[in-house]
Amino acid sequence: MQGNKIIGEAAIRAGCRFYAGYPITPQNELPEYMAENLRKVEGGVFIQSESEIAAIHMVIGASAGGARSLTSSSSPGISLKQEGISSLAACELPAVIVNMMRGGPGLGNISPSQGDYFQATKGGGHGDYRMVVLGPASLQEIADLTMDAFDIADEYRIPVMILADGMLGQMMEPVVFKKPKPRNYPESLVMKGAGGGKSKIIRGLILDPLDLEEHIWKLQRKYRMITEREARSELYQTDDAELVIVAYGTASRIAKGAIKRLRKQGLRVGLFRPITLWPFPSQQLRDLAKKVGNFMVFEMSAGQMLEDVLLALQGKARVGFHGRPGGVVPTPIELANVILRKYNGKEGLIDTEL
Amino acid sequence: MKKVFGRPKSMKSNPFHYCAGCGHSIAHRLIAEVIDELGIRDRTIGVPPAGCAVLAYNYFDVDMIEAQHGRGPATATGLKRVLPDRIVFSYQGDGDLAAIGTAESFHAANRGENITVIFINNAVYGMTGGQMAPTSILGQKTTTSPVGRNNILDGYPIKISEIFAILPGTTYIERCTVTSPASIVKTKKAIRKAFQYQIDGQGFSLVEILSPCPTNWKMSPPEACRWIEQTMSKEFPLGAIKDLPAEEMKKQQKGK
Repeated sequence: MQGNKIIGEAAIRAGCRFYAGYPITPQNELPEYMAENLRKVEGGVFIQSESEIAAIHMVIGASAGGARSLTSSSSPGISLKQEGISSLAACELPAVIVNMMRGGPGLGNISPSQGDYFQATKGGGHGDYRMVVLGPASLQEIADLTMDAFDIADEYRIPVMILADGMLGQMMEPVVFKKPKPRNYPESLVMKGAGGGKSKIIRGLILDPLDLEEHIWKLQRKYRMITEREARSELYQTDDAELVIVAYGTASRIAKGAIKRLRKQGLRVGLFRPITLWPFPSQQLRDLAKKVGNFMVFEMSAGQMLEDVLLALQGKARVGFHGRPGGVVPTPIELANVILRKYNGKEGLIDTEL
Repeated sequence: MKKVFGRPKSMKSNPFHYCAGCGHSIAHRLIAEVIDELGIRDRTIGVPPAGCAVLAYNYFDVDMIEAQHGRGPATATGLKRVLPDRIVFSYQGDGDLAAIGTAESFHAANRGENITVIFINNAVYGMTGGQMAPTSILGQKTTTSPVGRNNILDGYPIKISEIFAILPGTTYIERCTVTSPASIVKTKKAIRKAFQYQIDGQGFSLVEILSPCPTNWKMSPPEACRWIEQTMSKEFPLGAIKDLPAEEMKKQQKGK
C-alpha cells in the first residue's frame, strides 16, 4: 500500500471516526482514502472542509464530542492549522494531525522536505504548549505509529502530529497492521449535553493571569511526564561506531544506505534515529555520547533538529552537519561521500563548523 | 403565591458582565427560555464566539465549547456530525460571522449543517473598543472609520442574512431586533422556530438580531434602540428572509 493510504487504514482500524481536511499535494491520497472508506464504517464522518482552518476546528468539535479525530495536510496547510492546534493544546483535546512535509518556506514546492521540524516541535501556534511529534521512517512504522498516535493523544489529552514527508507519503511498501489496543476513554470527558447533570465547559480562555499560569504549569507537568515516558529512538550499527549520523524519517533511510556502503569499506559509522521528535530522545543520545565522540546531523533542511542535538549533547561531543533543504533528496552515495570527506578530514572525524 | 416569572433553568445565576443597554443579555435569556420550553437543555451544546459574548458559558447552563474567533460553525459542524442527535448552536457577532469567520459560516450554511446560528449584529466591534465592523452602515462613525464609513475606502455593509438565504443548504433565516417588548417577543418566536427546525432535522437555521451597543455607539440605551429602529433597520430590513417548509427542504435534500 501507499504511505498516505496506510495512514488512513491504520487510523480507521485504530477507531478513528472523524476526518476533515482540505486538498494539498503531496497528501491527497489520505483524504481520498477516507472519503472512500471512513464513510463505510458505522459512525464514520468524512468532511472535505472549505479550508485547513475549518478542518482543524471541525476536528476540535468532533474530538470534544468524543470521536477519535484526524486531519492531514502538508506544510503551508499546516501553517494554517496552527491556530486550532494551539486551541487543542489549550483545551486538552486529543487529535491526530498528519504533516506530509514539502519544501518551504511559503508555497515552496511539492518535493519531500524536513523543513517543518521547528514548527512541529517548537510550537508553530501561539502560547506555552507542546505537541507529541512522531517521525516514522518506513511505511510499517507509519502504520504502527498512526495507531500509537491515537493512543498517546487519548492518554495525555494532547494533539499528536505524525511528521513525515512527500517521499514516505507517496512510496509503496508492504505492511502488516497490528491489532489496535482497545480504546480507554472515559465517557465523562465527552462533551455531549448535560444529560440531567451539571453542564460542562471546554475552553482555553482563562482571563486571570494567575489562573492561566496555573493551567500552563499543569500542562508543563504533563509534558515532563510525556518526556520521561514516551521518548523513543533507534540505534543502528552504533556498538563500535566512531562516528554516528543523527537523522530522522526519510533522511534516516538515506543515512542507512550510506552507512551500509561505508561499512563495506571498513568505516565504523552508525545511526541514531529519533522516532519521537518531541519529546526529543535527549537522554538516549547523551547515553550514546558516553561511547562515541563524533556525531553528524543529516537533515533535508538547512539544519533544525541540529539544535536539539547540540542541546542534548551539551558540548560533550563533536557535532557536524549536512543538510539539503528545498525539497532536494540526496542519494546514499552523495551522503556517503560527505561522510567520507569528514571521516578523512585533517581536523579529525568531524568538522565542527556548521 | 403563583410564580409567573423567574430565571430559566438553562441559565446560571451569574450576573451578566454586559454594558447597560446591551442586547446580549436579552438574546441570552431568550435562547435559555427557548431551550427550557423545548425541553432540550440536556442535549444542547452551545458554541460561544470570541468578542463580548466570549464568556457566554458563564451564563448558559448547557454544555459549552469555546471556539476561536470566527470558527464557531466549524467547531459546531464537527460536534454535530459525531453527535447528530444533540442540538448544537453557535452564537456569533458580526466580526465573528461576517469578517474573520465568513468562510466557516458560509460553508456550514451551504453544506446545510443541521445547526442553529444566533447572529448578533451590532454594526461594530464591541469588545475590542468600537472599531468598524463589516456590518457598520455607510456614514457610521467608529474608531477605525472616524469620519464615517465610506464605501470607496471601506466597502459596503454586508447583508449576511440575504446572502445566506440564497444558499440551498439554509432552511430558515429571520432578522429581528430586541429594541421593544414587541420585537423581543418576535425574536423569541424566531429563535424557537430556528431550534425547532434543527430538532426536525431541517438543516441550517440562522436568526440575526440587530442589537444595541450604547457604549460603542456613544448613545444612551433609548437612543441606541431608536437608532436601530430608525436607521440600522433601513439597511437591514426586519422579517423572515427565508422559511422553507419541511416538504420543500426534503425535496431539495434529495440525493444527499
